[in-house]
Amino acid sequence: MINLFKKRQYVTLSQIEKKNENYFKPFIPDGIFEKCDECGKIILKEDIEKNLMRCPNCNKYFRMTAKQRIELIIDKGTFVEYDSNLKTINPLDYPDYDIKIQNLVKDTGINEAVITGEGKINGESCVIAVMDSYFLMGSMGCVVGEKITRAFEKATEKRLPVVVFTASGGARMQEGILSLMQMAKTSAAVKRHSDSGLLYISVLTDPTTGGVTASFAMLGDIILAEPKALIGFAGPRVIEQTIKQKLPQGFQRAEFLLEHGFIDLIVERENLKKTLYNILLMHRG
Amino acid sequence: MSIFEIEKAVCELENKIKELREFSRLQNIDLSNEIEILEKKLKELQKEAFENIRAWDKVQLARKIERPTSLDYIERIFDNFIELHGDRLYGDDPAIIGGIALLKGKPVTVIGQQKGKNTQENIKRNFGMPHPEGYRKALRLMKQAEKFKRPIICFVDTPGAFCGIGSEERGQGEAIAKNLFEMSTLKVPIISIVIAEGGSGGALALAVSDRVWMLEHSIYSILSPEGFASILWKDASKAKEAAELMKLTAQDLLNFGVIDKIIEEPLGGAHKDVDRVSKSIKQNLIDEIDNLSKLDIDILLQNRYNKFRKMGKFIE
Repeated sequence: MINLFKKRQYVTLSQIEKKNENYFKPFIPDGIFEKCDECGKIILKEDIEKNLMRCPNCNKYFRMTAKQRIELIIDKGTFVEYDSNLKTINPLDYPDYDIKIQNLVKDTGINEAVITGEGKINGESCVIAVMDSYFLMGSMGCVVGEKITRAFEKATEKRLPVVVFTASGGARMQEGILSLMQMAKTSAAVKRHSDSGLLYISVLTDPTTGGVTASFAMLGDIILAEPKALIGFAGPRVIEQTIKQKLPQGFQRAEFLLEHGFIDLIVERENLKKTLYNILLMHRG
Repeated sequence: MSIFEIEKAVCELENKIKELREFSRLQNIDLSNEIEILEKKLKELQKEAFENIRAWDKVQLARKIERPTSLDYIERIFDNFIELHGDRLYGDDPAIIGGIALLKGKPVTVIGQQKGKNTQENIKRNFGMPHPEGYRKALRLMKQAEKFKRPIICFVDTPGAFCGIGSEERGQGEAIAKNLFEMSTLKVPIISIVIAEGGSGGALALAVSDRVWMLEHSIYSILSPEGFASILWKDASKAKEAAELMKLTAQDLLNFGVIDKIIEEPLGGAHKDVDRVSKSIKQNLIDEIDNLSKLDIDILLQNRYNKFRKMGKFIE
């Protein structure tokens, strides 16, 4: 009996036991819990959603889908979507690109990495574009560029302000040089809107990098950002590879950009709608 | 055979012809027949090489250290070039040069990315990879050109905008974005010529222009083939395959409607005869600036807007 509690040098596990280890695990259906990659806590997904997609424990900001964002910002029942019929094609004949897009359209329920349209923020009308990082990292190909451009053109025509939520890894590699040209196209549309004396607010969310940073993201009259959002031209991995050294803590985070003078204000998620409304109000005219 | 193997064969053949000439002169023997045959073979070899040139060969040709740089063209095309320095905000970026010069007697503003001719010079020029202050200098000079109603000519030659700590701290993204934004409505004609490597947003920041031309063996792409392979396949060594897939040659881009014209290079590439290429660029510039200057400014700007507006492929 005493021998039972004696510490043994080796523990042997039979193969059969190993195979059946799932049997002893509690049954957890997928998608109920989420692990916060900041504090490591396992949290009920419902609690994250109730907390505006933030960790209830450490307040880490999770990325929002474009639909969640519109729900958060735009008054209920006022959103009218633009150009949801545009479809991505495969200009470089990049292997399996068509299939990848088809699957993403099915999984996300949106036609591309940005939703554009018109709606009201506490009663104030504006044109809004929201990028979705769950759609191929929010990358900008021809359809994203076209939708953003049309949104600015529509706003210029209707004399409306524009609010853009950016979330993007940059220009979309799979569409090659045509993606690069979307940077010029969107920037030119922003310029026309600006020259008409109209307001453009860009809100940079995690992550905003590459060709999107180097075009419309950085062209807002007023540039807001969410706390700790990664914002930069080159991604941190690319910089580390180029300069062969580790990057300092907090590099390319929203707070870093604020300190260096490249954004106007960092706004907590629960204050975003109110802040946008206040800015819109002061430019009404 | 890759273009470099062929080039080696061409070099050997050229030497042999030289030897034969020398031999025939010294020994006073008539070898003109033999020389003629060899010369014919040489031409055929070169032609064959350049008819079947692959995208990856072009990448290497565009990056060749002998490839003429912006300054090589500037000194041959323009008179009285005066280089102007600094962005008036932070510093002067040697990776971008700019200034004023005369083109056939008329003042123009000239801007270009500048690579070095050797390692030492390349370190000074940061291998033609500009920092934000370079783009801001370019924009300052473009605004100056607008004030004095001078056409703007940009030479594009960069692997890409520099990725480093300083360039992020000083807002690389903002600097490039501002150039795209402002160039779209600058009230003077702008012509950009990709002379070797047009890499990414760093190249586009000098190429939102009324006319975009490319030298025959230059490349222009969303990212370097190495970067493309590393992002999509997590393997930079697949750059060669990436280059074939990316459609980055002048011929591809002309088909896409991204560029307006290809300027021919001599067999073997621009470095074989810089004078000839310069002469060709110069004539094209004179003609096109003449055309563009005749347009009403509003029409010029509308055309420039439409040019980029229609870029992109999708189904509606």
